[in-house]
Amino acid sequence: MSDVYILGTDMIKFGRFPERSVPELAAEAAHGALDDASVTIQDIQAMWSGNLGQAAGMVGQRTLQEIGQTGIPVVNCANACATGATAFRDAWLAVKAGVYDLVMAVGVEQMGRGLLGGAGGGTGIPKEGLLGSGTMPAVFAEAGMEHSRKYGTTFEQFAKVSVKNHHHSTLNPKAMYQIETPLETVMNAEMIAYPNTKLMCSVNVDGSAAAVLASEKKAKELGLDRAVRVKASVLSSDPWQERDLVMPDVNTCTRLAAKSAYEMAGVGPDDIDLVELHDCFATAEILHYENLGPCAAGEAGRLIDEGETALGGRVPVNVSGGLLSKGHPLGATGIANIYEVSTHLRGEADKRQVEGARLGLTHVIGLGSACAIHILEKVD
Amino acid sequence: MADETASQGPLPVVDWLKLPEGGDPYLEAHKCTKCAAIYLGDRKHCSKCGGRDCLKATRLSNDGTLYAYSIVFRSFPGIEVPYVSAIVDLEGGGTVKGNLIGVEPDPEKISFGMPVQVVYKDALGRKDREGNSYISYFFQPAQG
Repeated sequence: MSDVYILGTDMIKFGRFPERSVPELAAEAAHGALDDASVTIQDIQAMWSGNLGQAAGMVGQRTLQEIGQTGIPVVNCANACATGATAFRDAWLAVKAGVYDLVMAVGVEQMGRGLLGGAGGGTGIPKEGLLGSGTMPAVFAEAGMEHSRKYGTTFEQFAKVSVKNHHHSTLNPKAMYQIETPLETVMNAEMIAYPNTKLMCSVNVDGSAAAVLASEKKAKELGLDRAVRVKASVLSSDPWQERDLVMPDVNTCTRLAAKSAYEMAGVGPDDIDLVELHDCFATAEILHYENLGPCAAGEAGRLIDEGETALGGRVPVNVSGGLLSKGHPLGATGIANIYEVSTHLRGEADKRQVEGARLGLTHVIGLGSACAIHILEKVD
Repeated sequence: MADETASQGPLPVVDWLKLPEGGDPYLEAHKCTKCAAIYLGDRKHCSKCGGRDCLKATRLSNDGTLYAYSIVFRSFPGIEVPYVSAIVDLEGGGTVKGNLIGVEPDPEKISFGMPVQVVYKDALGRKDREGNSYISYFFQPAQG
């Protein structure tokens, strides 16, 4: 089977846009991706739309109402925080299968502020703060503490993830924040759920991102100059684990997807030049160093201590600023990290450019759970 | 608002907390007769092995050890903080999440693997719209 290529991709600067509609936000990224690919909506044969907040609201069709109702098939996807990546993957599948030559994936989200999650269900009284916590900061704090239990990972090591990603975002004009947060600032910020302080939680923002995907034939016809090759596209769900019911497992589904992705791409973790992974909380990034393979089990603390995942390090992680500082518009996140890696492979990432980047990996987790991984390659 | 006309005794906070008449409260799980996977609450089929109609009720132990936790400082409006959200592995199988009480909410005072006991108490004064009170389970450091 021939390869699938990204011909165009874009994201809007993440922020808070309560006065704009979801389709309006989606349309801006879609226009950007079409322009980047030098094609028009009339060239697009099918579209996948990722959105969570209005999952029943036909966001894809409403996006086409903004950019051109050409009558093409539209699929609306929801897969928790893996929503955007799932839309991208299904677009990829359709091209890979030879059904279409040119398609588009768009991810968009408009978020409120505040805590996500919460323990609930069952009988008629609230369970939050009674049967522990179901808030996302606490759930990912507990996942981080499992790592501390096994390997002695410290609060300071988790906090360093946030220092790094906030630093990276100062180099990314499309990130929500461009603010340096030194270690003391991160550690002394309001404690939300130990060991996650406020600066170690991802930012709820509004945002959108889009990508135009093409078959090899179409990509060659339109020009491969700035094309990015999709070397692997993998989706997994969470296999059964004994603590599942009380402790969502983001590790096993990531390991499962990573193994398949490396096999599909015919490369190993050491070949990867940069990673955009799901740092919904600082604790999560530490876990995924080991799940995705930049280091072996138990070495994640050392990796962050030695700066190996910072820009200029051995394998830069979340040079966009990550969900922690670029922001996390749920349905857009999975395509935004594909935009980021593509931008590096094209050598267009300006001040945050990972020099000589040839292969990059993107990863998202939708709690519940879904994991999507893409491996992207520079085209020579 | 609590309604003074509540006619029943305290209710269990979840349907897998059992309050047998004249007996001690306990947590109930369902165990797969084919692969021994354990589930909190009632369930028909097994998600580990895919077995059908193969789950049997089993009483969970009140003794366990602390597996992981977080100390929660920010929650939803009206929820008292800080508290310790704890994940406890019970002796003989089953993992349960709940509040760890009887310890300071300080990582220096909490250790992984510490023995804990499941205790049953009023659900922090929370009542439903009909004014019913509830019995909940909590973890506390094991005595002695």
